[in-house]
Amino acid sequence: MNLDLALLVPECAMLLLVAVLFVQALSAGPASVAAHRWLPLGALAVTAAAVVALPAEGMLLWDAYKVDGLSQFFKLCVAGGFCIAVLNATRQPTLEEGKRADYFLFLGVSAWGLMLLASSAELVTLYLALELSSYSLYVLIPLRGRTREGAEAGVKYILFGAAATAISLYGLSYIMAAHQTTYIAALAARDWSWAASPTAVVGLSLFLCGMFYKLALFPFHFWCPDVYQGSSNETAAYVATLPKLGAVVVLVRLAAVLHPGLEITTAIAWLGVLSMTFGNLCALVQKDVKRMLGFSSVAHAGYVTVGLVSGTAEGLAAAAFYALVYVVMNLLCFWVVARVAVDGRNLVLSDLNGLHRRSPVLAFALGVGAFALVGLPPTAGFMGKLFLITAAWNHGYNWLVIALALNSAIAIYYYLSLVRHAYTEPDENTSLPAPDQSAFSLGGAVALAAATLVLGIVPSPLFEKAVQAGMALFG
Amino acid sequence: MYPDIPVLSILIFLPLVAAALLLPLRDDETVRRVSLAASLIGLAAGWPLIAFNPDAGFQFVERMTWVARWGLEYHLAVDGISILMVWLTLFTLPLCVLCSWTYIGKRVKEFHICLLLMTSACIGVFTSMDLVLFYVFWEAMLIPMYLLIAVWGGAERRYASIKFFLYTLAGSTLLLVAIVAFRIAGGTFSIPDLMQQTFGFRFQYWAFLAMALAFAIKVPMFPFHTWLPAAHVQAPSAGSVILAAVLLKMGTYGFLRFCLPLTPEASVHFAPLMIGVSVVSILYGGAVALGQTDIKKLVAYSSVAHMGFVTLGIFLFQKSGVQGALLQMLNHGIVTGALFMMIGAMYERSHSREVADNMGMGKYLPAFMFFWGLYALASFGFPGTNGFVGEVLVFVAAFQQSLTVGALIVPGALLAAAYMFRVSLRMAWGSPSTAKTWNDLNRREWAYLLLPAVLVLWIGLAPAPFLRLIDPSIDRLLADLRGRAPVKEAPLALNHADAVRHEPPAILASAAIAKEVRQ
Repeated sequence: MNLDLALLVPECAMLLLVAVLFVQALSAGPASVAAHRWLPLGALAVTAAAVVALPAEGMLLWDAYKVDGLSQFFKLCVAGGFCIAVLNATRQPTLEEGKRADYFLFLGVSAWGLMLLASSAELVTLYLALELSSYSLYVLIPLRGRTREGAEAGVKYILFGAAATAISLYGLSYIMAAHQTTYIAALAARDWSWAASPTAVVGLSLFLCGMFYKLALFPFHFWCPDVYQGSSNETAAYVATLPKLGAVVVLVRLAAVLHPGLEITTAIAWLGVLSMTFGNLCALVQKDVKRMLGFSSVAHAGYVTVGLVSGTAEGLAAAAFYALVYVVMNLLCFWVVARVAVDGRNLVLSDLNGLHRRSPVLAFALGVGAFALVGLPPTAGFMGKLFLITAAWNHGYNWLVIALALNSAIAIYYYLSLVRHAYTEPDENTSLPAPDQSAFSLGGAVALAAATLVLGIVPSPLFEKAVQAGMALFG
Repeated sequence: MYPDIPVLSILIFLPLVAAALLLPLRDDETVRRVSLAASLIGLAAGWPLIAFNPDAGFQFVERMTWVARWGLEYHLAVDGISILMVWLTLFTLPLCVLCSWTYIGKRVKEFHICLLLMTSACIGVFTSMDLVLFYVFWEAMLIPMYLLIAVWGGAERRYASIKFFLYTLAGSTLLLVAIVAFRIAGGTFSIPDLMQQTFGFRFQYWAFLAMALAFAIKVPMFPFHTWLPAAHVQAPSAGSVILAAVLLKMGTYGFLRFCLPLTPEASVHFAPLMIGVSVVSILYGGAVALGQTDIKKLVAYSSVAHMGFVTLGIFLFQKSGVQGALLQMLNHGIVTGALFMMIGAMYERSHSREVADNMGMGKYLPAFMFFWGLYALASFGFPGTNGFVGEVLVFVAAFQQSLTVGALIVPGALLAAAYMFRVSLRMAWGSPSTAKTWNDLNRREWAYLLLPAVLVLWIGLAPAPFLRLIDPSIDRLLADLRGRAPVKEAPLALNHADAVRHEPPAILASAAIAKEVRQ
C-alpha cells in the first residue's frame, strides 16, 4: 500500500480540524462554546493547505484514490466554501449554545467526505466518501431549535437519501457483474452502449441515481425544496452548495464513460431539460425565499448537465466552473437571507420589501446574487452559462442548449422578484427585526458580491485551472 | 491624429468613474452638479472622434485578449454606422441630467448613478466589435434601465418595469445562442472577422431569426411593441429620453451591424417579411397614436411608427433607404428625446400628461410652444427639419423598390401629421386654458431645449456633413451584401444620392422624379 501523506495535505488538515472539534464537543463546559471563535481561522488554514496542494499529483491506495488537477481544484472549492459556510453559521440564532461544537463537527466531517469524494477514482471508494458526507448532513438538518419543520426535513432527507443510496448500491452490483471492475479508468475503456452490455447500462443508470439525488436533478429532487425550507438558513446555505459540488465532481469523473450519442448520455440530457424546466416553473410560484432557491437549484442542476454531456474537456471544465460559480452565487444569496432573518425565521418574499432602505448594502448584494443566478452580465453567472453553451454547441445536443436559453428566460421572473421586492415594494411590514448591519455582515456580503462580479469579468485564471483539470481526465 | 489615446475606453469608463465618485456624496445639489460636469467632460472626451475618417472603415480600434480559451476579446472600434450613435449617446446624457434637475426629488444620487451606468453600457453596445462583449453591454444596460423605471417611475411603474425587463431579456436569450453558434461555425467572436466569412443558408436562416427576435423586440416592431408604451409612460422624463433616444436604436443598429453583414442571404430571404412588419408598424403606430389623449403615450406610439421607417429603410437594401434609416435613427433620437423632455417640463407644471390638462399654452408659454411646435413639425417630417430628410430618403428607396410599399407608407406620413397637429393645436389654443398661472421656460429648460433645436435645423437644412460620415460605410455594407446575396437591383438605377449629395432640396426633387418615372 502506498500512502504518501504529502499528497494528502488538505485532507489531513481537514481531519485535524474535525478531530479538534470532536475533542471540544466531548469536553463539556465553556470550551465548547468557543468553537465558532477559532473555527473560521482553522477553515482558512485548510483553504491555505488546499491552495498549497493545488499542483499535487499521484495515485494512492492501490489506485483507488487519485490526486490530480480535478481533485485538487474541487478540494480548494470545498475548503473555500466550507470557510464561508462556517463564517455564515457563526451567529446561528436557532442553534442551541451547547450544540455548537457538535454542529461544526458534523459540518466538518461532511466537508471532509466531499474532499475524499473529489479524489475517488473507484466506485466503492466513491460510495464510501459520498456516504461519509451524507450521514453528517442527516444529523445537521434537524438541528434547528426544536421545530417540527426541522425534524420533518431531516426525516425526508434520510428517507430519500437511504432509498437513493440503496438504488445506487444495487446499480453498482450490476456494473461489477457486467464489467468485473470498479475502477473508473478501466470502466472508461469499456463499451457502454445498450447493444454491447445492457446490464452495465442499467447498472450505471441506477448508480447515477445516487449522484442525481445529491445534485437534486429531476426526478430525484423532491427532498430539495422541503429540506431548504425546513432546515435553518445557515444549514440550508451549506446543503445547497457544497454537496452539489461533490455530485458534480463525481459526474465529471464518470463523464469519461459518457460519450455523446450513447443512450445513457441522451437520457441524462433529457433529465437535464426536464430538471431545468420543472425547477424553473415550480420556482415561479414560490413565496418562501429558501423554497424558491431550492427549486432554482433543481434548475441549475439541469444547467450543469449541459456541460457534462458534451464529452469534451472544455465541457467538463465548463460544468466544474459553473458548479463553482453556482456555489458562490448561492452562498451570496443565503448570506443575505441569513443576515436579514436575524432571528432565524424563514423569509417570505414580502419580508424583503424595502430592504434597500433598511440595508442598502445587503440589498445590493442580493441584487448581484439574483442577477448572477439569472445569468446576466457582468456577473459570474453569465460567464458560467456562456462557457456551458460554447462548450456544448455542436456536440449533438443543440436542443439542450436551446432549452437552457429558453429556461433562462423563464427564470428571470422569479429571480427578478427578489430584486423587485428589495427595491421597488414599499416597506410596510414593521414586525421584522432590523437586518444585521454589523461590519461582519456587510463585509461578507460585499466580499461575496465582489467575487461574483470579478469571476464574471476576469474568469480566465480560474477557468484555465478547470480546463487543465478537465484535460487531465481525457489524458 | 490621436493614435495613442484609447478614446472609446475612456468614453465607456468615464461614466463608471463618475458613478463611483457620486457614491460618497450626500447633498443632492452637489450630485446633480457633479453628474452634469461628468456628462460634459464625457462629451469633451469624445473630441478626438472628430478625427473620424469616413472612408477608413473601423477606426479607434482597441483590441486586447479577454478570455483566451474561447477567443473572447476586449475589442472596440467605430465606423460610419456607429459613430453617429456614439455622438447621440454622448449628447443625450447632459440633457438627461438637466431635464431631471427638479423632476427627480427622491434618491437623487442613485438616479444619477443609474443614468451614468446606462450611458456607459450604451456606448459599449455601439462600439463593441466582439460578439460577447456586445452581449455583455447589451444585457448590462437592462439593470439600470429597469431601476430607472421601477424606482422613479409613475403610478404603474412596477408593472411597466417588469414587462420591459422580461420582454427584452427573454428576447435576447436566443441571441446568446446565435452568438455561440457563430463562434463555433466561424471560429471567432470578432465581428469584423466574421463579416469576411460566408455561412450556409440553413445556418443563416436560424441565426437571422434568433437575432431578429432580439432586435425586433428592442426596436420595437409590431407585434412586439407592447412593452414600449407602458415603459415610456411610466418612466421618469430622463428615462424616457434615454429609452427613446438611445435604447431603441440598439435594435436597428443590431440589424445593420449583425443581420445584414453576417446573414446576408437570410436577410434578403426575410426582407419581404421585415418590410411588411415595418409597414404595419408605421400604420398601426400612427393609427393608435391618433387615438391617444395621454400626450406621452402618443409620442410613445409615434416612436413605433418612426422606428418602422427605420427598419423599412434598412430592409429595402437601397442606398438611400439605409441612409434614411441611419439619419432617421439620429433624428428620432433628437426629436423624440426633446419631445419627452418637453412633456417632462409640462408635467412639472400641470402634474398631468392628459391633453385636457395641458391646453391653451400658446398665450402664456410662447417659448415652450415654439419649441414644441418645432419638434412636432420635425417629428412628422416637415421640410426644413431633420425628420424630413430622413423620411424622404426612405420614401425614395421605397418607391424605387416597389410602388406598393411606397403607396402604403404615404398614409403613415399623413397620420403622423394628423396626430401631431391634433394634439399640438389643443396644447397651443385649446380652451379653457389651464396654463394661466404657469411660468414659461426657465434658463435651464432653454439650455436643454436649444441644443436639440439647433440639430433639428442643422440636419434639416444641411444634412451633407452627416451623410458624408455615414456614406462610405453604407456603400461597403451594401456592396458586401450584393456580393453575397441576390438583391434585386432597384428598377430605377438612378444614382441620385451621389448626384445630389450636397443639395438637400435636390433630394426632394429626386424623390419626385423617382416617383414620376416609376409611374
